[in-house]
Amino acid sequence: MPEARLAEHFATMDAQRRAGQLGMWVFLATEVLLFGGLFAGYAAFRFAYPADFLEGAHHMKVMIGTANTYVLITSSLFVVLATHSIKHDRSWTCAGFLLLAMLLGFVFLGLKFYEYYEHAQEGALPGVWYHVETVPRPGVIVFMTLYYLMTGLHAIHMTVAISVLGVVAYRAAGNAFDREYHAPVELGGMYWHLVDVIWIFLYPLFYLIVPK
Amino acid sequence: MNDLLRRLLFLPEQGSTFAGRVDRLHYWIIGITFLVAAIIFFVGLTFVIRYRRRKAGEHTRKFEVKPGLEAIFVGVPLATFLLWFFIGFQDYVWVQTPPEDAMDVYVTAKQWMWKFAYPDGPSAVNTLRVPVGKPVRLLITSRDVIHSFFVPAFRMKQDAVPGRYSQIWFQAERAGTYEVLCAEYCGLQHSNMRAEVVALEPADFQAWVQEQRRGVATLQDAPPSVLPAGANLREVGERVAAEEGCLKCHSVDGTPHIGPTWLDLYGRTEKLLTGGTVVADEAYLTESMMDPQAKVVAGFNPVMPSYFGKLAPAQTAALIEFIKTLRTERLEKTPSQEPVYGPLRP
Amino acid sequence: MAPSGPELAKPRDYLREETTLWSWLATKDHKRIGVLFLAAVIFFFFLGGLFALLLRVELLTPQRTIMSAGMYNRMFTLHGITMVWLFLIPAIPTTFGNFLLPIMLGAKDVAFPRLNLASFWIFVLGAAFLLWAMFTGGADTGWTFYTPYSLNTQSSVLPVLIGIFVVGFSSILTGLNFIVTVHTMRAPGITWMKMPIFVWTIYGTSIIQVLATPVLGLVLLLVAVERVGGLGIFDPARGGDPVLFQHLFWFYSHPAVYIMVLPAMGVISETVCAFSRKNLSSYRMVVYSTLGIAFVGFFTWGHHMFTAGQSTFDAGAFGVLSMLVAIFTAIKIFTWTSTLYQGSIVVTGPFVYLSGFLFFLMFGGMTGVALATTALDLHWHDTYFVVAHFHFIMVGASIMGFLGGLHYWFPKMFGRTYPEGIAIGTAVLIVFGFIATFLPQFLLGNMGMPRRYYDYPEHFQSLHVASTAGASLLGFGFLIIFGYLAWSLRYGPVATQNPWDSRGYEWMTETPPPKHNFHEVPDYTHPPHDYSAPDVPHIPEVEHA
Repeated sequence: MPEARLAEHFATMDAQRRAGQLGMWVFLATEVLLFGGLFAGYAAFRFAYPADFLEGAHHMKVMIGTANTYVLITSSLFVVLATHSIKHDRSWTCAGFLLLAMLLGFVFLGLKFYEYYEHAQEGALPGVWYHVETVPRPGVIVFMTLYYLMTGLHAIHMTVAISVLGVVAYRAAGNAFDREYHAPVELGGMYWHLVDVIWIFLYPLFYLIVPK
Repeated sequence: MNDLLRRLLFLPEQGSTFAGRVDRLHYWIIGITFLVAAIIFFVGLTFVIRYRRRKAGEHTRKFEVKPGLEAIFVGVPLATFLLWFFIGFQDYVWVQTPPEDAMDVYVTAKQWMWKFAYPDGPSAVNTLRVPVGKPVRLLITSRDVIHSFFVPAFRMKQDAVPGRYSQIWFQAERAGTYEVLCAEYCGLQHSNMRAEVVALEPADFQAWVQEQRRGVATLQDAPPSVLPAGANLREVGERVAAEEGCLKCHSVDGTPHIGPTWLDLYGRTEKLLTGGTVVADEAYLTESMMDPQAKVVAGFNPVMPSYFGKLAPAQTAALIEFIKTLRTERLEKTPSQEPVYGPLRP
Repeated sequence: MAPSGPELAKPRDYLREETTLWSWLATKDHKRIGVLFLAAVIFFFFLGGLFALLLRVELLTPQRTIMSAGMYNRMFTLHGITMVWLFLIPAIPTTFGNFLLPIMLGAKDVAFPRLNLASFWIFVLGAAFLLWAMFTGGADTGWTFYTPYSLNTQSSVLPVLIGIFVVGFSSILTGLNFIVTVHTMRAPGITWMKMPIFVWTIYGTSIIQVLATPVLGLVLLLVAVERVGGLGIFDPARGGDPVLFQHLFWFYSHPAVYIMVLPAMGVISETVCAFSRKNLSSYRMVVYSTLGIAFVGFFTWGHHMFTAGQSTFDAGAFGVLSMLVAIFTAIKIFTWTSTLYQGSIVVTGPFVYLSGFLFFLMFGGMTGVALATTALDLHWHDTYFVVAHFHFIMVGASIMGFLGGLHYWFPKMFGRTYPEGIAIGTAVLIVFGFIATFLPQFLLGNMGMPRRYYDYPEHFQSLHVASTAGASLLGFGFLIIFGYLAWSLRYGPVATQNPWDSRGYEWMTETPPPKHNFHEVPDYTHPPHDYSAPDVPHIPEVEHA
């Protein structure tokens, strides 16, 4: 059973826990603002090129995007279960669930890169690289560029989140946590959930704007 | 009074109808600022003297400002600021809303010059002629980066943004020449991107427009006396190049710049943007001055303005003579090109 | 006479606890991190100042004086970048903020000491990128990187963007640390409305840092990606929108100016109380106006874009909100001035700085109000009027605040005092040098002299010469200040525990503090700067023989 480690500058364990939670929430807020700028850009350009955006959305692979959404939401479920299990002292179950979540994260990235590959085959690349038609409409190119920028930035965060879960899973498997002390599981889980939530906003804006 | 304050504050002359309105607001704000600053200064000084420390460690009364006084400290500045905003914003909307009968002028900014074009008339580089006492609407855009059309005497500026038109209008109060400066950093020659607004009495302005409309013909039929007798064409060409702004984009010493360098240009085979090649002879050089977009050299942007109607044929000839003299002295080993013989076919 | 030279036998303070180089570079002690940052920001202050002096020398004559146009364009860009990101944004929060926040809250350290150390080294990394950029020629885009120029210019833009991005991380992490510290580590007895005002201003600044800086990171990232990859977000030739860049950039950069001024306002709040032995005449108003600036400041960015082609509705909205944010500053100026009423005032170096601060903030703020009337901005935008306006605030207010804080807390941090006479004299010199430098620039702006001009029409010359003369005076003054402060580090008289007899919370522990800040937790029943009763716990100035 690990001892809860009270850092020397905190008065009580409770203060330490609250500090960790608040710190992670503040960090999540910074991530929201980071993506916020891109969402603002999306809004500005969609207002400027409403028809072009709908046309650009025809490039989207809705099946893959929807599959990825299911994958991510399921992975978040596993992270919740991981937190639940460590609260009941089940370290190895916790590590197991975290590994499952990581696996799904890799599945997400795999599907994403396959999707990028398909886009590249069609010539639907960002900016100057776009070569689907000889005379593309500027708004279509901007749509694709935003798609790559936003999903790309998201994929980078996904990679970071997988590594975070990896570190936490490793420590959980090494019995570093118990029902009293499992802050890294909760905080790492919060980061994962944020990455998931960002995807939940990206998905409809790119994949669901073309009526069937 | 207006003039005294204007000079005290180093403001330029009030060349437009907007200038006077804006200056009045300015005087009020500056006046009240100095007044309040003086009050704070004297109150502060009084406090520092009256309440100076007489004994180390002495105690002071715990003093909390009364809510009534707080309300004044908040309410009075807030009301004043909002009043100033209301006045200023009215003026702002006024200057952004051109009158129905405003004369349009298209302003195109490009590194590093200003081009003006009238919808049904002449065009000009770096000089904007307008009639006095009539509203003029400017439709401003840029060919490359963001610039800003700034006329201090009119107290106004508007950014020239590539990809869109912005508008502002003014009415010149009296005849004169007013400085135009570029007010948005745009690169190396930002501080030299200057122009002037020449306000003419309406009759003079009309005369100028008429002359411009005839101008093309005038220049085409210009007698050779456009050039001084016995003029050295090369020197004339060099002077024209400087005056007409050619040297802003073309170097004479081989330095790469906005346009192809003139060093060794004459006789050079240039590769074109659209593929193909052209030899830079008299015909091509003349065509480049009159219709620059026709054959653009690869590696350069199609940004050169046309000098059709702005250069007399004699001036064009002088420029070409000047360009011909820009040659590096060198002996080159060029590979000898023999004719290629294919096999004889029966 | 207070003893000077070698120290008396004193319990070991944070400076003497361990003295190896490694114990400094790998320290987790917030006080040492504050000192490390102090050395760094002072270095960059002088570097940015050197650029400024060179610019002013170039502007002595209408054409070329000492450098080419290309060099000039790079130099004003680097002056802005160095001063904004390597000096003004970090200055007070990472130095005095780091040093004093935990002490003022009765805590042993900040919430995340290792993150704090990481903040410092990330700052150094970002600064290293920027120094490398300077050596490879630097960018010539202006510190504002307006597109499309910044997308196409051949100068060394990428290392600059990376450097600022990295430094931005440092800023975010510091802000995060401070927010969590204020929320979770206050000693019992220190409620929200009993925190020292300096803590409130650091808290407000941290909120801005945390929320605004990510947008800066994003927009610079987009510029970098577009430069390298031709993506077409800001380039109109590819369907992009150059004005979108301005919106995203100013969404950060306007709140950023409050990052630069709020901490200085905190310093003034502390020193005005200490040197008039009075409580603030309205603690509540200062707190609310601080939060007001932090919040409303996020909604005023469009006032940088009145000529950029935004709609009149936008201009109106941003203008009104700008007036609102100005009120919060006006409230503070009245509060500080009325704090002097019935006080017990002594004029010291910090007092001269706070007086200068009050006036320059007043003029800087009022000229901001004038600019925000929209119509006047059509004349003044991108002229020297704006340059003067923001230098009045950044130099006249922020730097005066920094210097005032440096003098006020010098004994606390280093256990020595500095020569007061020279300090007062130099402070007065700085005030006059400042006026001589920047007042002519208001007039230049009125005349129509645009910003970032290498060549200028001749009729502007005499005011430029006056401004350069003032700048030399200012530079000279700054050199003197750091000269005598450096001297005092080693040869100044050893400080007593409370040389100012101040009742700020930070003076209720040893000077300099021990490694963990307190030997015993002080009594916080009274609010800070309560000079009304003898029983208020404080450590009095020791009477010297």
